Amino acid sequence: MGQPDRPLSPYLQVYRPQLNSVMSISHRFTGLFLGVGALFLTCWLVSLAAGPVQYSMFHMWAGSIFGRFILLVWTFSLFYHLCNGIRHLFWDAGYGYELKIALISGWGVLICSAVLTGGLWVWIFFLGART
Amino acid sequence: MTRSVSLKSIKGLGSAKGGVHHWKMQRLTAIALVPLCIWLAVSISLLANAEYETIIEWVAKPAVTTLLLLTIPALFFHLKLGLQIIIEDYVHSRQVRSLCLIGNVFAALILTVVSVTAVLRISL
Repeated sequence: MGQPDRPLSPYLQVYRPQLNSVMSISHRFTGLFLGVGALFLTCWLVSLAAGPVQYSMFHMWAGSIFGRFILLVWTFSLFYHLCNGIRHLFWDAGYGYELKIALISGWGVLICSAVLTGGLWVWIFFLGART
Repeated sequence: MTRSVSLKSIKGLGSAKGGVHHWKMQRLTAIALVPLCIWLAVSISLLANAEYETIIEWVAKPAVTTLLLLTIPALFFHLKLGLQIIIEDYVHSRQVRSLCLIGNVFAALILTVVSVTAVLRISL
């Protein structure tokens, strides 16, 4: 198609990172990561359908330190993508474009996803301690 | 300076008349996934330390089966739409891009069917 020596328009690398641009690319990264999580969900369902032995193998992997770490990052990705997705839905509806509102909603998304992730894991921990 | 463009330079480069559908479906599945994902995350957390039989009984409940069968296609459809945009944005070689896009559709369909089959095997 085009000539290889054409000057390029300024792209990401020339700009100083800002909250909204970093959050925008993070939405993609968390989405990508959640894709791997979806694969994990399929494995969970298949191991359940396959039988107790297969499920215990899956459970052992998910319960290991590495498995728990991955699950923790997935939980954060889920809540981040969820909260920021709702923020995007508001934008789609035409609300929240003013810079100040966009910054407030951005910090709101970050705080909400951190609180929800922490809350869920503390909750799981106490559920585990109770049983 | 004229603002007109010769016909031959724009032919075949115009709208495919399908972009809005992708946008709409991405939002539609997103809206559906807001309650479904919260439900699934909370449920799986409750089952994190449960026995095998308890989880099987949970999946086999009619309401749970129904919700899982709603969540799975919405999830993989939303994932397919998102990955499609990432591939279109970052994979520049035409051949590789086509292969990735085809693989993306196949993967989404296969994972949906495998997950649905697993749920039905447990429930029925």
